[in-house]
Amino acid sequence: MAEERVPTIIAHNAHVVYRVVGSTTPGAGSPLASFKRIVTGTKSAAIREVHAVKGVSFIAYRGEAIGLIGSNGSGKSTLLRAIAGLIPVERGGAIYAAGQPSLLGVNAALMNDLSGERNVVLGCLAMGMTPAEVKAKTKDIIDFSGINERGDFSSLPMRTYSSGMGARLRFSIAAAKKHDVLLIDEALATGDAKFRRRSEQRVRDLREEAGTVFLVSHSEQSIRDTCERTIWLESGVIRADGPTEDVMQEYEAYMRK
Amino acid sequence: MSQTAVARTDTGESLKELAHRHGLSSAGALPSLMAYTKQIWAYRHFITSYASARVSSSLGTTHLGMFWQVLTPLFNAAVYYVIFGVILNTKSGVGNFIAYLCTGVFIYGFTSAVVSAGVQSITSNLGLIRALHFPRASLPISIVLVEVRNLMASMLVLIAIVLITGEPITLEWLLMVPALLLQTIFNAGLAMFGARVGSKLIDVKNLIPFIMRIWMYGSAVLYPVQRFTDHLQGWKLHLVLANPLLVYIELMRHALMENVKLAGSPRLLWTEAVAWAAVVGIIGYIFFWRGEKGYGRG
Repeated sequence: MAEERVPTIIAHNAHVVYRVVGSTTPGAGSPLASFKRIVTGTKSAAIREVHAVKGVSFIAYRGEAIGLIGSNGSGKSTLLRAIAGLIPVERGGAIYAAGQPSLLGVNAALMNDLSGERNVVLGCLAMGMTPAEVKAKTKDIIDFSGINERGDFSSLPMRTYSSGMGARLRFSIAAAKKHDVLLIDEALATGDAKFRRRSEQRVRDLREEAGTVFLVSHSEQSIRDTCERTIWLESGVIRADGPTEDVMQEYEAYMRK
Repeated sequence: MSQTAVARTDTGESLKELAHRHGLSSAGALPSLMAYTKQIWAYRHFITSYASARVSSSLGTTHLGMFWQVLTPLFNAAVYYVIFGVILNTKSGVGNFIAYLCTGVFIYGFTSAVVSAGVQSITSNLGLIRALHFPRASLPISIVLVEVRNLMASMLVLIAIVLITGEPITLEWLLMVPALLLQTIFNAGLAMFGARVGSKLIDVKNLIPFIMRIWMYGSAVLYPVQRFTDHLQGWKLHLVLANPLLVYIELMRHALMENVKLAGSPRLLWTEAVAWAAVVGIIGYIFFWRGEKGYGRG
């Protein structure tokens, strides 16, 4: 290669473990059972550690769009969160990134008792915008989400929204900011057909501005459309990494089994 | 397998060296204390609007809404008045016992509310932490701001009670401001310290009610501080009198009331108040900052 490619994200033997609290198994609920557990020194059943990503290494370069595929629960979303620095990587491994990668997900938790409009303001401020930017963008975000198409919903609390409306608003908030390294988590699957077309266009725009894009999706079509390289993650381990077409064929053969 | 991508670095250098050469930074690297403070300052608008969002989301579902901010301390004072002023008719050698009592209850309530919300500020916001990137100290700090707002309403009620029970307005009332400022710094340190402890040891939140109750009885909230000076001597007395909450309560009584017997000289109390705020504020902040990158783990 004449000119060396510039890496934007380097994952080196990344392990991610997160804790889940409150997953009690039947029979572990009595005080006696808890006491027995403490005396015998077994680990609490209520706190479980999930080893979601097991030793992942890859290099992503500037200008690449990388698809991340794998069956449900294979660690895709966790890997994205680790790249964004939201969940720490275990000792011994590391993820290096250029700048601050931002995660564009539909899972951003907002406050359900507040109106949609206040959630927009809060979400934008949490992404690091200044109040002036927020003020300028609030209307665009609400218009883009389309929640006001059926009446004035933006002034109602978010708990009154349908799940589709909530997801649309969350996507609109997240997509309002420009990102250097963009991590997209299933974002294209939100809302109805009309909103999906609009959001796909927005993601394409964001992609053009961003240096590197990671896309997690179960839609093989959207990965084929947007990504030239694909990483296949299964049970937290990379099974394949290469040109989208090759990886997709392997993946499809695996899924048909 | 997982080596496929690594094989592409055909130059033979390790991934770490490659990352270093291109100026990539580790996602888990802790920012310096200075940089972290700057980040928090840049997120000040988020912190304040998150605080007011918390207030309106907790009170927004009631009919009276924000009016509860004033009603809650009013009811609080009424309960103590009925029990200690009417039923038990405690005087305990304090001239204006109702004002004495209410000052203690409200100042104690400020710290108590911050501590119990602070230990849960990370665990109850895991969704937000795993979705967005912001300095995590925003969460405990915004909890302190919520309680400062509640405290303002409490102070209005307290001032009314103090005036009704016959205390004059004096220049010493101005001392309220520095006393509350120092207590707020102290509380912020506690909230941040508690937030990190609570995120690792989840069971701590079940101990907080007992810790806070012991602290209340040790801070001469419900009875005059002379109970301690009469019954304890030596290091035990020094230990009880150095209690920061007792110091802040005594300073507020000193500011608002005439003819009140304090636990120590005002000069000693102010020194202790400044020392506690500085020590707990700085330790809490540094302790929280050290854990910054691990809060997403849960």
